[in-house]
Amino acid sequence: MLGKLTWDAIPWDQPLPLLSAGFVGLILAAVLVWVVIKGHLPYLWREWITSVDHKRIGVMYCVLALVMLVRGFSDALMMRTQQALAFQAPGFLPPEHYNQIFSAHGTIMIFFVAMPFVVGLMNFVVPLQLGVRDVAFPTFNSVGFWLTAAGALLVNVSLVVGEFARTGWLPFPPLSELKYSPGVGVDYYLWAIQISGVGTLISGINLVTTILKTRAPGMRYTRMPIFCWTALASNLLIVVSFPILTGTLAMLLLDRYLDFHFFTNEAGGNPMMFMNLIWLWGHPEVYILVLPAFGVYSEVVATFSGKPIFGYRSMVVATMVICFLAFTVWLHHFFTMGAGGDVNAIFGIASMLIAIPTGVKVYNWLFTMYQGRVRFTCAMHWVIGFMVTFVIGGMTGVLQAVPPADFQIHNSLFLVAHFHNVIIPGVLFGAFAGYTYWFPKAFGFSLDERLGKVAFWCWFVGFYVAFMPLYVVGLEGMTRRLQHYDQPQWHPWLLVAVVGALLIMSGIALQITQLVVSIRSRQRRRDVTGDVWDARGLEWATASPPPLFNFAVVPNVKTEEPYWGTKQKARELVRLSGEPVYEPIEVPRNSPTGFLTAFFAFFVGFALIWHIWWLAGLGLAGAYATFVVFAWRDVAENVIPRDEVARIDRANRLARTLALEEQPA
Amino acid sequence: MSTPITALRLTPSAIDFPAATTREYQEATGHGEAGPAPKRVVAGYGFWIFLLSDIIMFSAFFASYAVLSGATAGGPTAAQLFDPRNVAIETACLLLSSFFCGMASIAVEMRRQALTQLALLATGVLGLAFLVLELREFAGLIAQGAGPSRSAFLSSFFALVGCHGAHVTAGLLWLGTMMAQFRAKGFRADVGRRYLCFSLFWHALDIVWVAIFTQVYLVGAYA
Repeated sequence: MLGKLTWDAIPWDQPLPLLSAGFVGLILAAVLVWVVIKGHLPYLWREWITSVDHKRIGVMYCVLALVMLVRGFSDALMMRTQQALAFQAPGFLPPEHYNQIFSAHGTIMIFFVAMPFVVGLMNFVVPLQLGVRDVAFPTFNSVGFWLTAAGALLVNVSLVVGEFARTGWLPFPPLSELKYSPGVGVDYYLWAIQISGVGTLISGINLVTTILKTRAPGMRYTRMPIFCWTALASNLLIVVSFPILTGTLAMLLLDRYLDFHFFTNEAGGNPMMFMNLIWLWGHPEVYILVLPAFGVYSEVVATFSGKPIFGYRSMVVATMVICFLAFTVWLHHFFTMGAGGDVNAIFGIASMLIAIPTGVKVYNWLFTMYQGRVRFTCAMHWVIGFMVTFVIGGMTGVLQAVPPADFQIHNSLFLVAHFHNVIIPGVLFGAFAGYTYWFPKAFGFSLDERLGKVAFWCWFVGFYVAFMPLYVVGLEGMTRRLQHYDQPQWHPWLLVAVVGALLIMSGIALQITQLVVSIRSRQRRRDVTGDVWDARGLEWATASPPPLFNFAVVPNVKTEEPYWGTKQKARELVRLSGEPVYEPIEVPRNSPTGFLTAFFAFFVGFALIWHIWWLAGLGLAGAYATFVVFAWRDVAENVIPRDEVARIDRANRLARTLALEEQPA
Repeated sequence: MSTPITALRLTPSAIDFPAATTREYQEATGHGEAGPAPKRVVAGYGFWIFLLSDIIMFSAFFASYAVLSGATAGGPTAAQLFDPRNVAIETACLLLSSFFCGMASIAVEMRRQALTQLALLATGVLGLAFLVLELREFAGLIAQGAGPSRSAFLSSFFALVGCHGAHVTAGLLWLGTMMAQFRAKGFRADVGRRYLCFSLFWHALDIVWVAIFTQVYLVGAYA
């Protein structure tokens, strides 16, 4: 009846996961009870869960990312503590548990923190910057988000029901084959990533179509903000690379479930083929994450330097060159496979080439700041912290692109330090910059700057203290994923690293404090005009938070920075341009399709992990039925009448007019 | 906010269907000069992007077949297993099915309900025939001990061809719901857009099949 699922699946003998899961479960239950008792459930269902508004979906992606960041970071803290303690000692984590933790840490941080964070920012910002009212496929957008959330839920369920993979964040065969990993851990990994991968693909298709087909009139390619360009590049990469991930993991699933021989040691299977396939997805994935972050930096640096971005066209070209080169370097992840000197040389050179467009970008950001009136806001702190730190990570990357050097440091903590040195400042700092920068746009009030800056310094210093020692021990020969060791010269460095992790923890705690403090004092941090930073993009041309339809009148774009031009003119004349002619606006109707699909997908995943075949069949039938019901609906859109549009827009125009009259002459 | 909003009912006379009017395509440059493209263009375009991504997934299976096709582990080879006659009939079924799918598109454009249903039925029956033939081939292979567990070559064969078969199965399910939608909802704009996507999907499966036919069966049986 329940397949392989029995009471023994719950790790009664391991107090740590049970306690932490119990604690989190308690918090969740408390929140749920509070929501129900206070009567917020209908509101949540109507305004968020069934929402197909790209802004709401973007916010939900970011919330998912922030929650999972806490989970992924607790894993990191446990790993650092273990390695600090496990010098000639067993530490506090048994090996099989430690292996699950480093696997879960990588999986969560990439798939359920970095991905939803950048996808969330893109979902929220791109339609606003393009001057349009919605994305191309609003309901599918909701399906994509909820599938991602279902994948995240599966990973978290593995904490208490069964186990997670012990194979690292990418399940390399033959270790991940049934013969060597007979438990459900790898299956949890595979089904969670398959489900959320489909969600990501949907989101990618949606955003590519949005950017290529639904821009405001006059918004030529050469007038799109840099963030939209990087979003386009990133989503093109999603569309091209995620199917490879799906295909590759499907092969591994066939190996494990139906005794196929894609990657086995026996019957002609080829484990190295997995390396080629998975990194054909895995390397572009790096750029899927970092390109939108580059876009955030471009927006923030231009706004807070009071100048348009330096070298717009070179920025666009650099973005698209990185997008292309992303597919030419995958083999550098396994130079040691032995593909031969010639092959390694080609991939090594291709890898080094990527430093060129990236360098172009860094110089463009610097030149944007040059002779600008730089305002050192919290968002700007993240940008400058990124530039300083990312360059170091980039250089250690170029170093490893040299195959003979790579042979020395392959799989060492030097590598671990390197990729954290590009992903943390590159992606996470960018996500935090974007979070700080667009928060007032999303919620109508800004975050506390002072707490934000202190949090930044904790992260910034904590990063160096945590990861620079890992470079050192890596060069001293310490390989990654060691549960214990007996080299005395490594020990002091690992003690320093745990201090860095604690500093980062203070940073996260301060960010939570910042959020709470800002919400409590939101009345006096209101963004009344909708342009709190004196910014340049079209997203600031509408109210904060923007109305459901984004723009009362779709802007007609005539220059590269249409909003900045309009604003300057309004300042000169000390009045806004004449009131536009309002029309009724059609907006897509809310739909529970996304939530229900993900609900069924979660049970399909769970059932397949535990071999509960009837439940899997039931879940698939439910997902199919959801789509049929969706197809049968007779009302797809609502109409917001002209008076309502006018009322909303006039309120914002009034606030902007008042602000204009208050400006210093 | 909630009171003044009114619902917009979908009716068979909604404006942008059928889409083949020149005016609409002139406006829908998609290059940003004229604003957002019409829904039919957006839907078709987005679905093309999905199809391209789907073809990339197939390419992963094609690549693994290319790598593993020689890894027979002492078991049977392609030349010993594949029956060109069966594959020829399968191919004929699938291509004819696509032909009728095209006929259905014309019938939809003409808004002829009976003709549409008939053409879609023919599309579905031929697709089903293809699927039955494929499953018979699979059953025969497994019966003679040449199942996917026998060797890496057979694993990659079953996965590649089976992936296409799974797509055809999903397509048949979709086809059934399409027929029901035309019946229940008439030639409504949103149903028309879905049909556009379905026909793109069905023809794309032909493209993938031509590649499978060539790389797996022709090369396997005669090379």
